Amino acid sequence: MGSSLPVQVAALAQRSVLRTVRQPAVIISALLFPMMFFSINAYGLDAAARLPGFPADTYLDFAFAFPLIQASLFGAITAGADLARDIESGFFDRLKLTPMRPVSLLLGMLGGILALGLLQGVVFLAIGTLMGVDVRSGLLGMVVIVFLMMLVALGFGGIGAILALRTGSVEAVESAFPLFFVAIFMSSINLPRNLIEADWFRFIATINPISYLVEGIRSLVITGWDARTLAIGFACAAAIVVVALAGAAASLRTRVA
Amino acid sequence: MGRRGGIEVENLVRVFRKGPRAVDGISLAVEPGEIYGFLGPNGAGKSTTVLMLTTLLPPTSGTARVAGYDVVKEGPQVRATIGAALQEAALDQFLTGRDHLHLQGALHGLPRLERRKRGEELLQRVGLSEAADRKVRGYSGGMKRRLDLALALVHRPSILFLDEPTTGLDPQSRSALWAEVSRLAREDGVTVFLTTQYLEEADVLADRVGIIDHGHIVAEDTPEALKAEIGRPSVEATPMDPKERDAVARALGRFGEEIPAQPGAVSVRLDRGDLADVVRALDAEDLKVSNLRLDEPSLNDVFLEKTGRSLEGAGDPEAEEA
Repeated sequence: MGSSLPVQVAALAQRSVLRTVRQPAVIISALLFPMMFFSINAYGLDAAARLPGFPADTYLDFAFAFPLIQASLFGAITAGADLARDIESGFFDRLKLTPMRPVSLLLGMLGGILALGLLQGVVFLAIGTLMGVDVRSGLLGMVVIVFLMMLVALGFGGIGAILALRTGSVEAVESAFPLFFVAIFMSSINLPRNLIEADWFRFIATINPISYLVEGIRSLVITGWDARTLAIGFACAAAIVVVALAGAAASLRTRVA
Repeated sequence: MGRRGGIEVENLVRVFRKGPRAVDGISLAVEPGEIYGFLGPNGAGKSTTVLMLTTLLPPTSGTARVAGYDVVKEGPQVRATIGAALQEAALDQFLTGRDHLHLQGALHGLPRLERRKRGEELLQRVGLSEAADRKVRGYSGGMKRRLDLALALVHRPSILFLDEPTTGLDPQSRSALWAEVSRLAREDGVTVFLTTQYLEEADVLADRVGIIDHGHIVAEDTPEALKAEIGRPSVEATPMDPKERDAVARALGRFGEEIPAQPGAVSVRLDRGDLADVVRALDAEDLKVSNLRLDEPSLNDVFLEKTGRSLEGAGDPEAEEA
């Protein structure tokens, strides 16, 4: 006897969501910390908006991409740590003893990440609007922002899954968080690339794919519909998703072999 | 042995990298509907054997067939046939008992209605109906074990693997679990492969017992037959006056070989005579005792006979128990 792939994915995604919902601390952290950083940055660095060539009217609008990217990362690390915890606790073995298709586990986990990403996106947009963020692309742009954010969360989630499946260690997954954080800061998250003075920083920000994810989301807030920037953002996100999920699938095959 | 049959193992070996031969060429056969007790100290190779038989760990060499399916080549078929409760009750702390059963049922392909019905039935059977909607993090060790057993039974397996199911449980929870395991075998015809380090558990539950030590099966038979192999009971006497210990030892020595005893006591395995003869011999020499006990052979005596060590405290903390 065995269930179909959609039933398995739905059951595992439901578990993933239930786990998250029943840990209020996780939800609060996932919502609070990105918004806290955003508030501090937006008001602390407001003067940056007066720099010649700065692309936004306010730093608040410019910085709005930050909590969305950080939240995606947060959700992915939490999900990766959950998967590693399943391996450590033996729950993974319990699942392996069922007729579950290994890919269901991955898709179920990613389903949970998407659900959290959706919640974060909607909440951040609501709070951002209340704080005065002006999304130039309008309501449809907001939908696209949430969609792009979920795609980013999926990509980061894939990387979290690789770490979890390769190491089987919660500690290893959680210790990767600062590295991701550094990667976010080494992008155009705080300043547009053309205004970064240090050559080495500008170079890293230019080759850092996170810059293009940030710029894609940001363009919808500060510019409106910039097809080129948006297309590059989506292409980067899709590439990360494809590479990360392929890596996660390979890691999963190794883990269940 | 038929497809729905028991378990057949031949020369099964598992060697860990830079580690010992955790399982060193064991062979055994478990008949359908039988409760097979796999008894041994910590690190003997019990859990490693279970992991191989449940397809979670590949053997280094040898063959094993579970329900007629090869554990290496026919893993999915094996997994569809078996249920397993491994050494640690692997549960999600943030899910309820009912959530666990729902998830397990969904992964096993039970239709939604049957999933719910089977979940209720199992919750009731393991006495968790009232706690069904509580998160598992609030469960006691016994409740977690019972839920673990329920999860292993969701898809009505014909073979059940239980790896030290009662370790750490209070006597009441232990008895309840024994009753359920026994019922599963007697009423539902489930084949049970049970590892334990508790002599009493193997004695009470198992139809046959395999005793494993350092990766080898050192004895295998029904508990009664294994004890009968030792054959003779032992007598332990504690002299009233500790100065008379040597005299008591001499008197008892006429009935058999001296074996280890409690401090201050003398114990012999009876080769000749019975308890009445021992009492008469002590009386004839005017030796007074504060305690006189006749012990029938136990599985610990069997372990002692086969390995030269007592099962209690025979665990090897350095050994790798996968």
